[in-house]
Amino acid sequence: MVQLTLPRNSKVKTGKVWDKPAGATNVREYKIYRWSPDDDENPSTDTYFVDTDDCGPMVLDGLIYIKNKIDPTLTFRRSCREGICGSCAMNIDGTNTLACTKGMDEVSGTIKIYPLPHMPVVKDLVPDLNLFYAQHRFIEPWLKTVSPTPETEWLQSHADRAKLDGLYECILCACCSTSCPSYWWNGDRYLGPAVLLQAYRWLIDSRDEATGERLDALEDPFRLYRCHTIMNCSQACPKGLNPAKAIAEIKKMMVERRV
Amino acid sequence: MSMRTPLSQVRGLGSAREGTAHFWHQRLTAVANVPLTIFFVVLLISLQGADHATAVAVLGSPVVTVFMLLAILSVVYHMKLGMQIILEDYVQGEMAKVIWLMANIFFCTIVALASVFALLKISFGV
Repeated sequence: MVQLTLPRNSKVKTGKVWDKPAGATNVREYKIYRWSPDDDENPSTDTYFVDTDDCGPMVLDGLIYIKNKIDPTLTFRRSCREGICGSCAMNIDGTNTLACTKGMDEVSGTIKIYPLPHMPVVKDLVPDLNLFYAQHRFIEPWLKTVSPTPETEWLQSHADRAKLDGLYECILCACCSTSCPSYWWNGDRYLGPAVLLQAYRWLIDSRDEATGERLDALEDPFRLYRCHTIMNCSQACPKGLNPAKAIAEIKKMMVERRV
Repeated sequence: MSMRTPLSQVRGLGSAREGTAHFWHQRLTAVANVPLTIFFVVLLISLQGADHATAVAVLGSPVVTVFMLLAILSVVYHMKLGMQIILEDYVQGEMAKVIWLMANIFFCTIVALASVFALLKISFGV
């Protein structure tokens, strides 16, 4: 739902400035959103200084440095540290991206980090993605068939397999969906770019036999048609995918089956 | 705090099984609006400085009337569709949304009908 101002208890205040690491010659300044459910404090942005000679080159390396050496209470998700798990999605320097594939040298000045926008915050940089995952579950992201299962695998031509390129690579990090204003305003009913890209991945799969049912489930003013081709999704995607194009293809299929 | 499961929230009231007609009509009227708007602008420029009798005569000629009628209907329908999207996007609360959507339909209908009536009155010379 549209909220143009933050509620009073969500206004972000200036937080603690942590000491610079002793003896460090090359430091980068991090400003990081902090909020804990354990006290009644407003969110704040803490300032940290990262010794870049003592950690790796990525923004995530700096976060891990802070957690290990400065402030163990800083909370964030991370796992693979190479852009395939999607856990460390956050808003860095104003754009949703993966902290593990974003180099510190790609940001000029202070590195400002916030959780993914417009999602409930669990703590610090950890957003609540339960609804997002439920939306993914909703589109039934698996092969649906009626024909008898073949002895071996379901066959697919090289040309049909190529149609999945640019779709199967999605890691569901939620960078695109949480960058979309339509998803901010109507995320309870609009499925969002990530989930619609996944939906298209199954709609276009030549082996799937439930295309019509899938389209039926999506044909809705809110589930699909809240997309107004704002294109933030394609701009944000850290994997270089194009959810906006996938959504446009779904709309084309919707028109195609009635004209 | 809702105790419904996330999947139940996402499934909600189910698919409305519509929206494509709206999408298609919006594109259709957008394409129609290109020549019709150009026609309207050219007409306005050509009538610049003309007196009342000339303007009425031009507007009342069959070809101009037909194209002006098309322009009114296409533009107003497009306006109604576009405004509906904006209202659905931004208006909070189901009650307020329904009221605004009704107001949008009433407003567009009045604008279209008044314009069509005025034009026909000129064209038929009553």
